[in-house]
Amino acid sequence: MDQLPFEDLIIDDRVNGIFRVNRRAFTDPAILEIEKREIFDKSWLYAGHVSEIAQPGDFVTRRVGGRPLILVRDRMHQPHALLNSCPHRGNIVCREGAGSAHNFVCFYHAWNFDLDGSLAGVPGEESYTPAFERSAMGLKPVPRFENYKGMLFVCFDPGAEDLVSYLGNAREYLDYMLDFGGEDVEIVRGSQAYSMKANWKLLIENSIDGYHAISTHYRYFVQYLHDIGADTASWLGPRRRWGVGVALGGGHSVIENPQRPTPIMLQAEDELAEIRSRLVAKFGAEHAHRIADFNRNLFIFPNLILISNWHTIRTWYPLAPDYIEIDAWAALPRDDSPQLRQRRYENFISFLGPAGFGTPDDVSGLEGCQRGFATWRELPWSDISRGMGRDQPTSQDELQMRAFWRRWNALMHGERGPTDCSDRPPATLAAAE
Amino acid sequence: MAGSVTIGEIERFFVDEAALLDEWRLEEWLALFTEDGRYLVPPLDAPEADHRTTLFLVADDRRNLASRVRQLLGGSTWAENPRSRTRRLVTNFRILEDGTDGVRTTANFAVWRFQHDATDVYVGRYTNVLVRGPAGLLFRERRVILDLETLRPHGKLSFIL
Repeated sequence: MDQLPFEDLIIDDRVNGIFRVNRRAFTDPAILEIEKREIFDKSWLYAGHVSEIAQPGDFVTRRVGGRPLILVRDRMHQPHALLNSCPHRGNIVCREGAGSAHNFVCFYHAWNFDLDGSLAGVPGEESYTPAFERSAMGLKPVPRFENYKGMLFVCFDPGAEDLVSYLGNAREYLDYMLDFGGEDVEIVRGSQAYSMKANWKLLIENSIDGYHAISTHYRYFVQYLHDIGADTASWLGPRRRWGVGVALGGGHSVIENPQRPTPIMLQAEDELAEIRSRLVAKFGAEHAHRIADFNRNLFIFPNLILISNWHTIRTWYPLAPDYIEIDAWAALPRDDSPQLRQRRYENFISFLGPAGFGTPDDVSGLEGCQRGFATWRELPWSDISRGMGRDQPTSQDELQMRAFWRRWNALMHGERGPTDCSDRPPATLAAAE
Repeated sequence: MAGSVTIGEIERFFVDEAALLDEWRLEEWLALFTEDGRYLVPPLDAPEADHRTTLFLVADDRRNLASRVRQLLGGSTWAENPRSRTRRLVTNFRILEDGTDGVRTTANFAVWRFQHDATDVYVGRYTNVLVRGPAGLLFRERRVILDLETLRPHGKLSFIL
C-alpha cells in the first residue's frame, strides 16, 4: 500500500486561518496501518526510565511501539532494550512485569541468555551443525536505544537520526520537566496502566488542550478546589493571564502558562521555596525562573506527554483505530523529603489517573468523540483553528495541535524532511527566505 | 472492640453498604466514615503498598472523600453523567483481627458496571478497619484491593468501589 487510500485529510488554510482534520483519520483501519509503518516504526518512542532498572539485574518488561521489550541493566550497569521474543522459536522469554534476574531463560526449550541478551546456553547444542551461529542467536536488541537524562527511548528504524537531533527544540523543555527538583527524578512506585476506547491522536489533542480545562474539568477547578479550601485566585490569578502555545518543530509542541504551584503543592510552600533557591544556585536566576515559575504540557512526537503540574510521564499506543493502551507514571525528585513526596502523590492523584478528579472525564469525553465520529461521512471535519490569526497563539489556542497534525500529515505522505509546523502562510515564508 | 462483633453483624454491614453504593445513596455511604476515615485504592502493581510512600489510585481522607461524593452527585462529573449502573456481589466475609482500636475485616467483591453500551467487571477484595460508632459500625479505613492486572479495557475508575 504505497499510495495513500485517501484524499487530503487536512485543510491547512493559513491565509484565511482555517485548520480542519477529516474524522476519517480517527476511524479508518487502513490509516492506522500507515501510521504504524510511517510514524511509530520510524520515530523515537519513550520506553522507560533508568530508575526503574536501578541495580544490575533489574528489569521491566512492557510493550513499546507494539513490541514486547525487556529493559534490563547488565552486570556492568549498562542498560539494554531487548526484544522479548526467543530467537529460537519466538516465545516470550521474560514473563514477569518487573524484578531482578541473574539471567533470562525461555521455558520452551530452556535456551538461556545473559543480562545483556547474549546466548549463554542451549541444551543439546552438539546437535546443531557448524553453520549454527551461536553468537547471532542472542536476544535481539532494539535497532536504536538512547538515554536522555535517564529517559530511555527506542527506535525501530536503524537509520533514524540521533535522539537529541530528533528532540530538537523540545529538548530545552524536556530539561525543564526533569530539572524542577534540582536533582535527578525517579519513577515512583505505583504505575497507572489503563486504556481508552478512542483514537490515539485524540489523546494528543486533549493533553495539550488548554481550552477544555474549565468546561471538562469544572469539577476539579471549581468544586474540588473549593471543597478543600484552596485559594484558586492565587493559583490561577484573579485576572488570568494566559501563556503561549508553541510549535517546537518536528511535531513536538508545548503549552506554557506563568503560574504558581498548584494549591495542594502550595501547602509545601517553604520546601518549594528552598528547592527554588537551589535551582537559582545551580542554573542561575533566569533559567531557574524558566523552570519554576511556569506550568507546561510538553508533547514529544508521536506519543509522549509530560505535564509539570503533576509531574507525569504518559505514553500510549493504538491497538485499533478506536482503542489505545495508556501507561502513566510520576517522575519525582529522588531527594524529596517524605513529607514533600507525599504531598506530590496527593497532588498527582487529585487530578490524574483512572480515579483522579480529572482524567476520567477526559477518558469519557474522548470516548464520546470517538462514538461521534461514526458520523464522519455526514460530518467529516473537526475544527482546530483557534488562534490561527494571532501572531502568538495563547495556551488556550490550538497551534500546538496543528503542529502535531502538520508533522503527521507530512509523514503520512512520505515527506520525511523538516516540516513547517507553524501557522505562517507560505507567502511569508517565501518573503523570509 | 475486642470480642464485641460477630461475623453476622459484619456481613450485614457489608451487604447494606453495597446497596447504598449501587443505589447511589452516596451521602449516606459517606456518613459511614469516621472523621479520620480513609478510602484507599492501591495501585494495581503494588497492591500491598502504603499510600504515604506509593502513588495510589485513590488515597482520600475524609475531606477528599466528601468532595468526591459531592462531585459524583453534582452533575459535572462527566465520566458519571449519565451515571453508571452498578451491581456488586460481596461475599467471603472474614474477621481478620478484632483489636482494641477496631476490627479488621475482609470480603471479596465483584462489581459489574454498565455505561454507554460497555460492561466492565471490577474484581478484588475489601479490607476494612471498622469501629463502633453511636449508631453502628463505621469505617476507619476502607481499602479496595483490585485483582485486575490493568484497568484495560475499563479505562477509568470513576465511581466508588
